[in-house]
Amino acid sequence: MTAHTLLRVSQVGKAFGGVQALKDVSMTLNRGEIYGLIGPNGAGKTTLFNCLTGLYVPDSGEFVFDDQPLISSAPDKTVRQGVARTFQNIRLFANMTALENVMVGRHARLRSNIISDILRTPFNRREEQTTEDQALQLMRYVGIAHRAHDLAKHLSYGDQRRLEIARALATQPKLLCLDEPAAGMNANETDGLRQLIEMIRLDGISVLLIEHDVQLVMGLCDRIAVLDYGELICEDIPSVVQKHPRVIEAYLGSGAHA
Amino acid sequence: MDIFLQQIINGVVLGSIYALVALGYTMVYGILGLINFAHGEVVMVGALVAYTVMTALLPTGLPPVLLALLALLVAAPVCMALAWIIERYAYRPLRHAPKLAPLISAIGVSILLQNLAMMIWGRSYHAFPDILPPLHYDIGGAQITLLQVVTILLAAGTMAALAWLIQRTAMGQAMRATAENPAIAALMGVPVNRIITLTFVIGAALAALAGLMVGANYSVAHYYMGFMLGLKAFTAAVLGGIGNITGAMLGGLLLGLIESLGGGYIEDLTGGFLGSNYQDIFAFLVLISVLVFRPGGLMGERVSERA
Amino acid sequence: MKMTARFLARLSCPKKDGRMHWWVWALLGILLAVMPWIVAAGFGNTWLRILNFALLYVMLALGLNIVVGFAGLLDMGYIAFYAVGAYLWALLASPQFGLHWPMWAILPLGAGVAGLFGLLLGAPTLKLRGDYLAIVTLGFGEIIRIFLNNLNAPVNITNGPQGISAIDALHFGSVSLARPMDLGIVTIPSLVAFYYVFLMAATAIIGIALRLERSRVGRAWAAIREDEIAAKACGINTRNVKLLAFAMGATFGGVAGGLFAGFQQFVSPESFGLLESVMVLCMVVLGGMGHIPGVIFGALLLTLLPEFFRQVAGPVQQALFGKIYIDPESLRMLLFGLSLVLVMRYRPSGLWPSPQRQREIDDTQRVDAPAAMPVRHQ
Repeated sequence: MTAHTLLRVSQVGKAFGGVQALKDVSMTLNRGEIYGLIGPNGAGKTTLFNCLTGLYVPDSGEFVFDDQPLISSAPDKTVRQGVARTFQNIRLFANMTALENVMVGRHARLRSNIISDILRTPFNRREEQTTEDQALQLMRYVGIAHRAHDLAKHLSYGDQRRLEIARALATQPKLLCLDEPAAGMNANETDGLRQLIEMIRLDGISVLLIEHDVQLVMGLCDRIAVLDYGELICEDIPSVVQKHPRVIEAYLGSGAHA
Repeated sequence: MDIFLQQIINGVVLGSIYALVALGYTMVYGILGLINFAHGEVVMVGALVAYTVMTALLPTGLPPVLLALLALLVAAPVCMALAWIIERYAYRPLRHAPKLAPLISAIGVSILLQNLAMMIWGRSYHAFPDILPPLHYDIGGAQITLLQVVTILLAAGTMAALAWLIQRTAMGQAMRATAENPAIAALMGVPVNRIITLTFVIGAALAALAGLMVGANYSVAHYYMGFMLGLKAFTAAVLGGIGNITGAMLGGLLLGLIESLGGGYIEDLTGGFLGSNYQDIFAFLVLISVLVFRPGGLMGERVSERA
Repeated sequence: MKMTARFLARLSCPKKDGRMHWWVWALLGILLAVMPWIVAAGFGNTWLRILNFALLYVMLALGLNIVVGFAGLLDMGYIAFYAVGAYLWALLASPQFGLHWPMWAILPLGAGVAGLFGLLLGAPTLKLRGDYLAIVTLGFGEIIRIFLNNLNAPVNITNGPQGISAIDALHFGSVSLARPMDLGIVTIPSLVAFYYVFLMAATAIIGIALRLERSRVGRAWAAIREDEIAAKACGINTRNVKLLAFAMGATFGGVAGGLFAGFQQFVSPESFGLLESVMVLCMVVLGGMGHIPGVIFGALLLTLLPEFFRQVAGPVQQALFGKIYIDPESLRMLLFGLSLVLVMRYRPSGLWPSPQRQREIDDTQRVDAPAAMPVRHQ
């Protein structure tokens, strides 16, 4: 593992019943990289995300993140180690305000406990205030500060996506994993999202991106990995991936699969 | 007298009643994912209606079997109507509400029915008339009464009929489709609402039968009898794997046996520390252990929160 | 009803910054301080007792609200913790074992032991889905009650169904609240003294609940309630945080239980049946799950209203029909059941929901936000 490797995925496998969702997937993600993960529907992209972020326990293989192995089945520890994520079908805390959503994201980085919460110690007061300030700042960062006190479920679709990103950023990640952030967005919103992701990278956070919008992926990512039927079929820079025969086959389908 | 064999017989009888009630829980759960908390009270209503009909007709001098049959003919429609009303007014409006809402509504229905029953039938225990002559047979040193034989046979017959209904008929197919995915089933032309109602109503018919059986076997009917019975039947459904018809039957029998044997032997097992008055905790211990160690039950789906 | 709710919602945060005017607090304080005297003079000691019970229920409801309202875990055996607190007091301060521990030792111990029972119940059940959790906690409550009922043989611990009597009343040093307190200028009747102690305890519990709501752990509870998976992805150790909710809620129950035993001076398993659990749940649900003023309102309403029924329904029937047709007790429960169903259907967030949820209700005419929130299938 070289110094600039942030995440190494080694031979990760996962099966559901008889279906092999992931087969010996290995890849490396470098610091400061925007790394795309593409593949047809059902290729295993989200499964890989879920394994990485501790929601699933992989059957085999391991993840080494920032020189530390990630503990599977402990999503909260994964977050503490610096991996944050969003969800394909947006999972916000619908009945909490946007600001509260982001404040929840700070959870793992706060040191108050239930006793100090009850006693309202000076430390606790300061920490709460800082948390709120930081959350507001993050909302400004993703451009939805004006919706801070609205319930999450009342935000527009695009703003909900941004809010989810702000919440993930609140965990102070080293790696931000975005699961189809542009799904359902129009060209304008997608463009805004592209700028946001680039800004996040400039701030020193690596990005792992699952996306169907080929244009967005090709334009944004430094490197791309392609999954098909749970297998990694290629990992390279966009221009190479684009011309890779197996990628073209997987996407256009040479007869057998759709 | 062979105590062990006797406990087994009692366990099987108790278990077949549990199984009948458990079916009601499991069918509704299979289709709606809802614990129909009020189901036990439907059984109670069945028992009390049957009791009323039988005591009212007792002076006519008709043979008790015929009385029982008439009682069932009244109790079953009453229970079915009740289930229809409950589904229509307490559950259906909440089908898309947050998941605690239907459960809380169900608890409300349960309290409501209990107290309505208390108003109608009072607080006292009612002596349930005999429905069969008190014959009994000896097998291997234990006794089995005619009533117990009939209970087991009736339960088995009813369950076989239900299995046939669900596996072999078009209606059963529609029920299974709805359980699998209501939205898709609706697209395929299955009248989902009607199927759901039907599920409740069939469960209620079984509950009426179970009510009659409980009353006959234990010779009492009481406004509070549905609560424990319901809980235990629910446990049986979970034990077998909730949502699974065969599982409910199996779970019912098993729980009946566990309770009967456990209650019979608990004193020996704990050196006299715990007596048979702890019989009721077996169901809960079984329930908790199943949910903790084998949440899918013996043959059902997973019940833990999944990713 | 809608109007009332809206008025209450406004009263709860009349100023722009969400704080109440100081004079509202002052008035409330004076009102609460003179309340027992007025009630005792105007309605008699029966109603003063009822008022004291109402305060106990406020504590219980707020405890359950932490589990159900904040963390979204449906606990149907909550009364077990009340029982634990009450029996602990009963065993450590009564002739049963000849022990007479002081209050300052038993109350915290009761809170702690109840909290421990909370962990005991929570640990194996946390993975369960909401509705299963309800049934298992219900079973747990029943197990506790069955044990209380039967632990009189072979070793007599709880005295079985007869319960434990002649329990020490709440006392400060040698001053027992069971006897009128002579302060020179004024004599404080026993019931009034209990009222003040309960009021203080309830105020403390309200304060703790309010602080917990707006804190790191309170947000974590809400997050778990809203979406457990997303909560995990935010770095929340959902298992520990849920356990904390169980333990914290149980603690409140334990304290209330101790106070109950020291007030009633008699405990028996009968007081801790499932219906009591359901009643406390009703208070939380009807008042407004998760909204502290709503829950308090629910607790007061459901203690006072049924008592009112009990006192009035009988005599009214007697007067009108010359005979009691409907037993007031079952009428009370009937109305409970009915109100649960109706509230779930027409006001699922309770009679006095948080202002935020109130807005929700007002917004229902509006077209729902774009199909952004995923509809989750279990």
